[in-house]
Amino acid sequence: MTPRSVAHTLAAVNRLSGKVAIVTGAAGGMGAAEARLFAREGASVVVADVQDERGAEVAREINDSGGSARYVSLDVSSEAAWTGVIRDTVRDNGRVDVLVNNAGVGGGGVGIVDFTTQDWDRIVGVNATGVFLGTKHAALAMRRTGGGSIINISSIYGLVGAGRGAAYPASKGAVRSFTKAAAVQLAPDNIRVNSVHPGFIDTPQTGWMMADPDIVRTLQDRTPLGRIATPEDIAWGVLYLASDESSYMTGSEFVIDGGITAQ
Amino acid sequence: MNRLTGKTALITGAAGGMGAAGARLFAAEGARVLLTDVQDELGHRVAAEIVASGGDARYRHLNVSDESEWEETVGWVESQYGRLDVVVNNAGIFSGRMGRLSDYTEQDWDRVIAVNATGVFLGTKLSARSMRRTATSDVRGGSIINVSSVYGLVGAPGEGPYPASKGAVRSFTKAAAVQLAPDDIRVNSVHPGFIDTPQAASLMDDPVERAALVDRTPIGRIGTAQEVAWGFVYLASDESAYMTGAEFVIDGGITAQ
Repeated sequence: MTPRSVAHTLAAVNRLSGKVAIVTGAAGGMGAAEARLFAREGASVVVADVQDERGAEVAREINDSGGSARYVSLDVSSEAAWTGVIRDTVRDNGRVDVLVNNAGVGGGGVGIVDFTTQDWDRIVGVNATGVFLGTKHAALAMRRTGGGSIINISSIYGLVGAGRGAAYPASKGAVRSFTKAAAVQLAPDNIRVNSVHPGFIDTPQTGWMMADPDIVRTLQDRTPLGRIATPEDIAWGVLYLASDESSYMTGSEFVIDGGITAQ
Repeated sequence: MNRLTGKTALITGAAGGMGAAGARLFAAEGARVLLTDVQDELGHRVAAEIVASGGDARYRHLNVSDESEWEETVGWVESQYGRLDVVVNNAGIFSGRMGRLSDYTEQDWDRVIAVNATGVFLGTKLSARSMRRTATSDVRGGSIINVSSVYGLVGAPGEGPYPASKGAVRSFTKAAAVQLAPDDIRVNSVHPGFIDTPQAASLMDDPVERAALVDRTPIGRIGTAQEVAWGFVYLASDESAYMTGAEFVIDGGITAQ
């Protein structure tokens, strides 16, 4: 293909044109940024979350600006809920091409010796079990339509030690190694699976930290690029992984952390 | 699409394979591209093809292991285009034999290290100097993309100097990322698996060797140069503005096993 024809193809066809994508935790932060970017690039987007009002608003905004989106209520830690969402998506859109397992809960400021088993179960239930269930049920659907791309949001704390928390770093490490196992097992079905490892990002979920100038300064100081990420910084990477441009990438750790873990 | 509009990019080893694929995609995405290589005839031909299809491309001879040639090249870019925004340190060589470690000579070692490791050091050094020097209040920083290999991450069954040089690229990239971040210069390493390129032809053209490489790759096929080049586009563009010091692994799942 000549360069000019590549340019023309891309101008005519958006990077996710014709693809059906499910984004979990899409009512705000990175998930909402991914849903908006995906829709702009031509995907039909299923906006999934447990925050129904805000999630429905994200889907409405996308539709109002010419994109295609639908909101569904989804508790990612419930297998029955996953079965329903995948069934409905296949019924309404015919297929699932992309799943972003983005939904996650933070661990708060509690250290290991004070961490309760209830909090452990709740956080692991969303961050790790949710990724397992999403991957399992999306893969069952993707198999039938020739493949797809699954993007699991981990964290730098799936790579290096976290200064606080217990279940959060454990769950994000689970996402990292589960992703590699899924990549190996699902490759014969043409399903790619990669993990994304963001550094410090300004999202509604990290709002409590970002509101404290001392904490923000500390986080900036730890980041070689010297700034906190926007949700869009991560969403662009997720777009690359969702598109066919990354057709040879699977089982990779996609680190978007301003250089934190390079130190 | 114009994901690289307004940017000037220099690609080493651009006469074929991943470098040429990168040059074509960069031009298609709106960049001004300087292709460099030591294979002048091939390099001129790729640049001419890009120009013929409407892209902005030039070719210049550059031996990446020669510091004075780097100085000259970067100076030329500044005089022609004003500034350098993206560098892909892609030029690399194999030792040319898949022997036991004990078979390699010091000459083999020096030759491979000079191109694959010293070349990346010089390219990063001279490009970063230029990016700093030409920074204005409007445009600063840049993106440096260093091509390593899966053999910068895991053990290679054959070859001696090649994996050493690729490991050097991996850790040098992280040091450069940390040191150049204050200048908004991002530095990332790319780790391709088994890719169909002219340089790998001796392996890829042998059906037995090729089948063995495919068997080791979960995706079950050899990658194309363009599949790596799309990764270059993401790293070169402002879409990856928050990515630095990262290992960008495009290997069909080899190192996930």
